[in-house]
Amino acid sequence: MPVRSPPLAAEHHATPGSNIVVNPVIAVSHLGKRYGRTVAVDDVSLEVLEGEIFGLIGPNGAGKTTTMECVEGNRVPDKGTISVLGLDPQRDANALRQRIGVQHQEAHLQKRIKVWEAVDLWRSLYTRVVDSDTLLARLGLESKRDSWFMNLSGGQKQRLFIALALIHEPEVVFLDELTTGLDPQARRAIWGLVTGIRDRGTTVFLTTHLMEEAERLCDRVAIIEHGRLIEVGTPDELVQKHCPERTVVFTSDDANVAERLQGLGTVERADGTTSTYTIRGAGDDFVTDVINVIAREGIRVRGFRTEIPTLEEVFLKLTGHGIRD
Amino acid sequence: MQPRFLRGFWKLTWLESKIFAREPMGFVATLIMPLLVFLVLGRAFGVTRPLSTPDVEIPFNVAIFAAILIAVSAVQSLTAIISIYREGGILKRLRATPLSPVTIMGAQVVVKLAFTVISLTLLMLAGRRLFPGVMSVNVFSFTAAVVLSTFSILSLGFVIASLVPTARFAQPIGAAVLYPMLAVSGLFFPVDRLPRALKALAYLFPTTHAVALLNGVWDGSGWAAHWVNVAALLVLFVAYTAVSSRVFRWE
Repeated sequence: MPVRSPPLAAEHHATPGSNIVVNPVIAVSHLGKRYGRTVAVDDVSLEVLEGEIFGLIGPNGAGKTTTMECVEGNRVPDKGTISVLGLDPQRDANALRQRIGVQHQEAHLQKRIKVWEAVDLWRSLYTRVVDSDTLLARLGLESKRDSWFMNLSGGQKQRLFIALALIHEPEVVFLDELTTGLDPQARRAIWGLVTGIRDRGTTVFLTTHLMEEAERLCDRVAIIEHGRLIEVGTPDELVQKHCPERTVVFTSDDANVAERLQGLGTVERADGTTSTYTIRGAGDDFVTDVINVIAREGIRVRGFRTEIPTLEEVFLKLTGHGIRD
Repeated sequence: MQPRFLRGFWKLTWLESKIFAREPMGFVATLIMPLLVFLVLGRAFGVTRPLSTPDVEIPFNVAIFAAILIAVSAVQSLTAIISIYREGGILKRLRATPLSPVTIMGAQVVVKLAFTVISLTLLMLAGRRLFPGVMSVNVFSFTAAVVLSTFSILSLGFVIASLVPTARFAQPIGAAVLYPMLAVSGLFFPVDRLPRALKALAYLFPTTHAVALLNGVWDGSGWAAHWVNVAALLVLFVAYTAVSSRVFRWE
């Protein structure tokens, strides 16, 4: 299994094709699935590369889970072809199950199953398995070994499901709405675990409707709506492409600041109140331009921040509505 | 290499047994209640007693009644467990592992059969002690008949479990099928005296054949004399299993 070099920073995004040659471990082409008259997935094609965290993002009901379940082999597609690790998820289901790990949305286990019992059962099902104590320790569950499933917190349950998904050292892990319903603290803990999975060389395919989660975790994202893929790329690429707007906000007590900023070519507005100035522009050079003008004019700045659009805004722009509408 | 069916089978069966034993209500309902019914009714009226209707007397056998209750409560418990597992996504999660679907269901059936045997053993032991002389029935033959009956009734339970929309409906829908099934099973009055339509219906229920077989084992006429009922239990098992395997939903 290839071991990835550790990322340079927590927010690092891999740029495909930059250093190593990456192979697609998942290839989906022209996937279609309907339930009765409802079209859940419509002509979806995508590739997930080895060693990346790939996020399928979109609102509830967009077709994320259906797509993921078809790829896992847990749902039979109506149309299209899927290849995972070179295997057909339907035809080679048994071979594939030994090599992928899954976590379902809003899953449960038996109320009165103990954590160690679940881990023990799962270990007995796979040919190659990791040590359970090490795994539980890695996921912070060692003190919960003897707890019943029903007595675990939401975050602990999700960590147990991650443990069960990782027990056989899978090459690809599928995580469906991993942090839905968790409090922010538990969510952050889970994010750390997911980047850890990727850093150990495992490919991660996840779905989320939380744009912040996608931005923090994913090397590349695909935006899906009404069953159709509308855009694929790294979060940075998508923001740059669809939302080039940049905003600089700073505070200064100097006089005539607004007038002195008018010279900036890309300034949309400089509507200062008493001492806070908001300058809007677009493009990669905008922030540099503002800094240069401030330096040249000798404006004394007490606070300075830049606002860069997020995936949330990309989504809004591409679909015309917010993710939670 | 072991067959795929056996992968995780005994581990899952043992695990499900432990989980069931931890469930206070299910444990009491399936293991203790039939035993209590047997002891209370047996104490009050004797184990066998004629039920008098205006023009006919039929023997009402408390031991057989309790044995059927054991089988039926096993079915109710299974129906409830399957619908709860389905609703909670537990079935779906288990299915996403290398466990085969047959293993997942087979483990549940073995657990239910095991508890049926335990419950029945308790009943026989209590009966021999408290009603000496009455319980002279062959224990192995009686147990085998109950296990066969349970198997057949369980297959009907799977059909019910396939059809109930949510866990909340499992109990009432299960009861709506199982209680009328008991009523026409021949426990309380002879099947022959039922109206024609009800009689036809009664023969489609495994309990009717179970009661006939158990009565036969009890009075010593034995399995050979009731081969029709044995065959019916097997045929119904195959038929119900075929139906449920077609309509069963995993999520």
